[in-house]
Amino acid sequence: MNQDIHTSHAVVAEGLGKRYGEQWALRDFDLKVPTGSVLGLLGHNGAGKTTAIRILTTLAAPTEGSAKVAGHDVVSDPNGVRDQIGLTSQAATVDGLMSGFANLEMIGRLYHLPRKVARARAKELLAELQLEEAGERLVKDYSGGMRRRLDLAASLVASPPVLFLDEPTTGLDPESRNELWDLLRQLVGGGTTLILTTQYLEEADQLADEVVLLDHGKIVATGSPVQLKARHGGERVVVTVEEIDDLGPVAQALEKVAAGTPEIDQEGLFVAAPASESTRLIEVVRALEDGGIDAHDVRRREATLDDVFFSLTSPRIRAASTNGNQPTDREEAAA
Amino acid sequence: MNANAITADLALPKTPAGPARLRWLASDAWVLAKRNFSHIRQIPEKLFDVTLQPIMFVLLFAYVFGGVIAVPGGGDYHEYLIGGILVQTLVFGLMGPGTSIATDLGEGIIDRFTSLPMSRPAYLIGHLTAEFAATVLAIAIMVFSGLIVGWGISSSVLEAAAGFGLLMLLAITMIWVGTLIGVLVRSADAVQGIAFVTVFPLTFVANTFVPVSGLPEGLRQVAEYNPVSCWAAMTRTLFGNPTALPANAAWPLEHPVVAGLIWCVAILTIVVPITLRSFRRRTTG
Repeated sequence: MNQDIHTSHAVVAEGLGKRYGEQWALRDFDLKVPTGSVLGLLGHNGAGKTTAIRILTTLAAPTEGSAKVAGHDVVSDPNGVRDQIGLTSQAATVDGLMSGFANLEMIGRLYHLPRKVARARAKELLAELQLEEAGERLVKDYSGGMRRRLDLAASLVASPPVLFLDEPTTGLDPESRNELWDLLRQLVGGGTTLILTTQYLEEADQLADEVVLLDHGKIVATGSPVQLKARHGGERVVVTVEEIDDLGPVAQALEKVAAGTPEIDQEGLFVAAPASESTRLIEVVRALEDGGIDAHDVRRREATLDDVFFSLTSPRIRAASTNGNQPTDREEAAA
Repeated sequence: MNANAITADLALPKTPAGPARLRWLASDAWVLAKRNFSHIRQIPEKLFDVTLQPIMFVLLFAYVFGGVIAVPGGGDYHEYLIGGILVQTLVFGLMGPGTSIATDLGEGIIDRFTSLPMSRPAYLIGHLTAEFAATVLAIAIMVFSGLIVGWGISSSVLEAAAGFGLLMLLAITMIWVGTLIGVLVRSADAVQGIAFVTVFPLTFVANTFVPVSGLPEGLRQVAEYNPVSCWAAMTRTLFGNPTALPANAAWPLEHPVVAGLIWCVAILTIVVPITLRSFRRRTTG
C-alpha cells in the first residue's frame, strides 16, 4: 500500500479474511473508505458484517489480509487505531449499573483525559444527545432510544475521526431512528468518517455514500445506493400460492409476462419476478388462469433487500430461509 | 444541536514511554476497579457470598452442630471451627469474580473496553483488585464474628502474620480460579452452577467443619488429601487453634503450612497462563 491512500482514505483493507474453525466468516474483503464519507455494510445476520467491524476495530485478529484505519495497522499498531476510532457494537456497550454521566467519565478517563476534562466532556455529550436530565440515572433504567444515544455518546468521547456503528438502529422505533440518523448526518457534516452495518436497505439509502453488500462472508456488490437499486432493485410482481407444487407452474407463467427471470421462494411459498412499468397485474392473472393455477395472492411491491440479495447471490431456487447463519450448498459452491 | 461540540477537537495525551506507562496502567486499573465497587453499591447482594453467608455458617455450626461435635485430642469446637470457615469462605470466593467476568464477557461492554486505547492488562488488574478488596473485607468479617463466638489467635505475632499472609494468597488463588471459570463459560448462571457442584463437596468432604477422623474409610482418605483440609489445617496451625489431626495423617496434613503454600503456587502456575490466554482469545481473537 502506498502512503497517499492512507491520507485520503480513513479505512483501507486488502484481502481480509477471518476463519472460525472450518468456516470462513469473512473472505477476500477489500475496502477503501474515503475520509469523511459514509460506508454502509449491508447484509443479513451472519453475512460477515460484524466480523469485518471487529477486525477493523482491533477486536478480532484477521486470519489473512491486512487493514489500516486512520493510517494505523490493525494488527501491528492496535493502540494507534484505538486512539482514532469510536465503536458502538450491537449489544449494550455501556454499564447498566452506572449512571450515564459515570459511564462517560469512566470512558474519558480510559482515554487518559484528565479528570476535569473527562467530566466536562461527559456533561457536554449528555447535553448534545439530550440526556442531560437522565445523566445521573442508572443506565439500566434508560429507554432503548436513550441507551442507544448513550452508546453513541460513549463512542464520541474522544471525538474520534473514524466511527464504527454495528446496526445502530436495530430495535429502535421510527422516531428514535430518525433522530439518530439526523445526529449521524451532523457528525459526518463535522468531518467524521462513518462505517455502519445495517440489515435495512433504507438505512443505507438514507446515510451511505457507498454500500458494500455482504453475503456469506463475501462481498457480492459494491456501489452507491442509487446504483445498487438501479441495477438490482425496481418493482417486483409477487405471486403467493398454497401448494408447493404450484410454484413451478407459476414461475413458468410469470416468465411469459414479467420483465425478468422469476425467483422461487419455497419457504415463503411465493414466486417473485422483476416488474417493469409495462407489466400489468391483469396480464399476470390471465397467465395464471391460462395455466390453470389457483393463486393465493398476486401483487406488486417495491424491491426489498431480499430481492437485491436474491438477484445477486442465488440461483433461481432458494430453499433455505433468508437467514444466512447456516452454511448452504450455495456457499460451498461459491467457495 | 451543535455539531462542533460533538466533534470537538480533543487532544488525547500521547502514549508515554518507560515508567510513565506504569502510571497509566495503574490509573486505568483503578478506574476499572472503581467500576466494580460501584456495582457493589448498586447491588449489595453481590457481597452476600463473602459476608452474610460465612456469618450464617459460623452461627449454624457454632450453635446448631457445635454441641454434638467433639474435637478429638481436646480443644474448643468454636476455636476449631473458624479456621475451616475462613478457608471455606475464600474457596467460595471464586464465585464472585467468576460471575462478574462472565457477565462482562457476555455483554458488549467488553468490546468497548477492548476498543479503547487503555493499557492492555488494566481490565484484568482492575477486576482482580476489586475482587481482592471484597475478600479482604470477608476475612475481616470472619475474624470479627469468630472473636464474638469465642475464637482467638493464640500463636506468636509472626505466625499470625504468616497465617493472614497465606490466607491472602489463598484468596488470590481462588479469585484466579473463579476468573478462569468465568472466562471459559458463557454465562454468570453457569459459573454459579459449576461453583456449587464443585465447591460444596470440596469444602464438606474435608476437615472444614468436622475432624477427618470421624469420616468413614475411603471418604477419610479423600478428605486428608483434599487441599481444603490442608488449608484449614494450615490456618489452624498458624493461629494456634486445635487442629484435631489423627495420628499418622496424610503428608499434606502433617505439614499443612508447606503443603498449603505448594497447593496455592501450583494452582496459580497452571491457572494464570491459561486464564490470560483464554481471555485474550475471547476479547481480541
